[in-house]
Amino acid sequence: MEDREIYIHIPFCVKKCDYCDFLSFTSDDATKRTYVDALKREIRADFDRSVKICSVFIGGGTPSILDGDMIKEILDTVREGFELTPDCEITIECNPGTLDQNKAKIYKACGINRISLGLQACDVLVLKSIGRIHTFADFLKSYELVRELGFDNINVDLMSALPGQDLDAYLAGLKKVISLEPEHISAYSLILEDGTKMGDHIENYKKLPDEEEERQMYHKTIELMREYGYDRYEISNYCKPGYECRHNIGYWTMREYYGFGLGASGFIGGKRSKNTDSMEAYLKGELKKWEQETGEDLMEEFVFLGLRMCKGISLSKFKAFFGQDCDKIYKDVIDKHIAGGLLEKKGDRLALTEKGMDLSNLVMSDFIITV
Amino acid sequence: MAGINQKHIRNFCIVAHIDHGKSTLADRIIEKTGLLTSREMQEQVLDNMELERERGITIKSQAVRTVYKASDGEEYIFNLIDTPGHVDFNYEVSRALAACDGAILVVDAAQGVEAQTLANVYLALDHDLEVFPVINKIDLPSAEPDRVKDEIEDIIGIEAQDAPMISAKNGLNIEDVLEAIVKKIPSPSGDPDGKLRCLIFDSLYDPYKGVIVFMRIMDGRIRKGTKVRMMATGAVVEVVEVGYFGAGQFIACDELSAGMVGYFTASIKNVRDTRVGDTVTDDANPCDEPLPGYKKVNPFVYCGMYPADGSKYGDLRDALEKLQLNDAALQYEPETSVALGFGFRCGFLGLLHLDIIQERLEREYDLDLVTTAPGVIYKVHKTNGEVIDITNPSNMPDPSEIDYMEEPFVSAEIMTTTEYVGTIMKLCQERRGIYNGMEYIEETRAMLKYDLPLNEIIYDFFDALKSRSRGYASFDYEFKEYVRSKLVKLDILINKEEVDALSFIVFEGSAAERGRKMCEKLKNEIPRQQFEIPIQAAIGGRIISRETVKALRKDVLAKCYGGDISRKKKLLEKQKEGKKRMRQFGNVEIPQSAFMSVLKLDSED
Repeated sequence: MEDREIYIHIPFCVKKCDYCDFLSFTSDDATKRTYVDALKREIRADFDRSVKICSVFIGGGTPSILDGDMIKEILDTVREGFELTPDCEITIECNPGTLDQNKAKIYKACGINRISLGLQACDVLVLKSIGRIHTFADFLKSYELVRELGFDNINVDLMSALPGQDLDAYLAGLKKVISLEPEHISAYSLILEDGTKMGDHIENYKKLPDEEEERQMYHKTIELMREYGYDRYEISNYCKPGYECRHNIGYWTMREYYGFGLGASGFIGGKRSKNTDSMEAYLKGELKKWEQETGEDLMEEFVFLGLRMCKGISLSKFKAFFGQDCDKIYKDVIDKHIAGGLLEKKGDRLALTEKGMDLSNLVMSDFIITV
Repeated sequence: MAGINQKHIRNFCIVAHIDHGKSTLADRIIEKTGLLTSREMQEQVLDNMELERERGITIKSQAVRTVYKASDGEEYIFNLIDTPGHVDFNYEVSRALAACDGAILVVDAAQGVEAQTLANVYLALDHDLEVFPVINKIDLPSAEPDRVKDEIEDIIGIEAQDAPMISAKNGLNIEDVLEAIVKKIPSPSGDPDGKLRCLIFDSLYDPYKGVIVFMRIMDGRIRKGTKVRMMATGAVVEVVEVGYFGAGQFIACDELSAGMVGYFTASIKNVRDTRVGDTVTDDANPCDEPLPGYKKVNPFVYCGMYPADGSKYGDLRDALEKLQLNDAALQYEPETSVALGFGFRCGFLGLLHLDIIQERLEREYDLDLVTTAPGVIYKVHKTNGEVIDITNPSNMPDPSEIDYMEEPFVSAEIMTTTEYVGTIMKLCQERRGIYNGMEYIEETRAMLKYDLPLNEIIYDFFDALKSRSRGYASFDYEFKEYVRSKLVKLDILINKEEVDALSFIVFEGSAAERGRKMCEKLKNEIPRQQFEIPIQAAIGGRIISRETVKALRKDVLAKCYGGDISRKKKLLEKQKEGKKRMRQFGNVEIPQSAFMSVLKLDSED
């Protein structure tokens, strides 16, 4: 059996950020305690010692809001029921301002080997205006803390195209981060989502950069990263050689994974699982819902997830998966986008061009055959 | 029905100007004659199409048979044939009239004789019908029945002093109308023992029974098993069922004979076999001469209709065929557009007709349509002396081959309150109207007369009129003549390629403005794509206007959250769904809405 991954969702945060549309909210200590117990119950139900786990990702919300011991409990539970590979990547998402030495030490002790820090922006006014609770100095403290404790695989999340942000300030911030030499940087453009404070009332914010400036931020990011030795390996992800996030690559290459926790999704045996979004129902033990994917669903996902990566998809792997040729099934779409300069074929691989990356939805949506 | 004395049959219709209360009177007649009890009465039982109910107008003529016990103690069979009132449907009126022996003329006691009152009465008199007037809405405060009676006598020249004075809405004096029907409308002539002759005045397609043929029997008898022949099409069929019309239902009977109005079915699957106006006779014992048919009606307005989903072409064709069965004025022929694929060039009597056909296709046949800008018939006089009619701009000859062109003008009457006279005159001038005078109907109401080019009123004239007069204007028009005019074909180029479905013919002086507006509108309708798209308006090869849809620079979901694939996938599915509503034109995707949006370019925008 191929190795699987585990995703664990911690839906709590100190304060919801204005742009955030993930499943997260503030909560009291008692709920957190009950939640961790429910989470452990859920993990136990899937115990299978024959399964090898090559990546665990604790995401949120803000997982670092929990007591360090709770994280340990959760990982102990995982270890109890599954076999972790010796090089298993174990990531936790942390927000500056919620991490302290005690927590970091516990993370280290319980085998966490990758820290993802949500910095988002460097300018304190920008941070404040989007509802973040920390400053750059807070971030720096957290960063140095985990470095000193010996964490040698750190990611920093950054956002561009935020309200009130201009190109120079953004690039200055990016350089500041690069100078710290994190192993991995995720650089996203802001997406306004309906139902978020910012998405619904953008008029209450400072001006968004115009399209021209936004594109410049995006393209300068690519240049600057390259200059400082970071490989762009996915639409928004950069790393020092060898530090690709194994967990995310798993998603993009159809590796199987368990999804534990409120609202979490999983993918096992051609079925996708989804947990309830209701905390009340989750705490009462509502079971996850499973849905069988069709062959066509899987094909579409194989392509549109795989194309997120700069190296694209492997045509031979597609054939091995589905027993059919990708070039044949998607002939018209592939020809059209190669002609339009958005896709390219390199040996066994089909990938987006740099321009194709900018317009990836346009390309990917054409690979949807079930509509 | 056997044994019914021909003397006790009355075949009649009701004619009126729009809104004078024809349908309401029909309801009251049906109600009072007891075919249905009051409880069963739905409002306007004759208008059984959903669309008619909503718009409050009668589209298709319908027939109903009722029984009336008159004051002389005898029972009479009334065959009431309902007719539409709008000018677009004149031909329907004509069809209905041919099946009748008399007509009730309904005149509004407040408004008096109006344009369509006259037109319909003349139609009725043309068919040798006995016409008697009824003054309706006498309960209105502004009713002037005596003046209206005089008007009828003066203008139309028919006796009106003893006309029933009624309120159809309130059921007032309906008995007078019923008695007048018995006394004034002649019973049908015709020989029940003669050779069979029936006039087809309408038909309907039923999925179970096939075509249901509506007819008036002039001579002879028809019953189940009769082998009948349609004299124009030559089709011979065996009658499966004969019967008459209840309110909204068909009631089978043994036999129909001379003077009666009814229907027959004969498992006719091919709608083309039964042509409205054709004569039905007995195949074994045919009559010598067919009945005079109807005047053929000619469409005024044309547009292209295409299925939004190309695979529905066959469905559209079937639907048009079925609609044409009882709407002889609807014409269509296949055409092909580079931009829209396979569709039909359809001809209509007017804009309302077009509108209604389009809505019926969408509602009753569940079709999603793309229509091109409506146009009229232009006459092109070529330099070689040939004269051709152009209904599709794509067929316009090269300018070098054109000597001159003519376009149809209509004479229009616009009734409005005096405060809007100024704005309406301005509107008519903008539309190249030629002022023909104004009459004050009352102190506050005036009628403006204009000659207008038909192509100026088929776009958005009604909407503009309505919005500028806040609804206080009514509009009527009829074809007047062809007038020599400077016309050009305006082409739209998208990404340097001419999009045939967007071309139209326009007055030279309006071309620049129209071209500019088209480009602007299209710019907003066409989504940004991976390259820059120029949108140009051109006359001949000359570009007169240009807009640019900027290239799409970013269409990317930056963050693909954790393992939740479904959100991302839904987004892509939605995007794909949107693409399906686009027409691929060269490299450019044009949304279907773009073809429609250019139909509405109000000049006050």
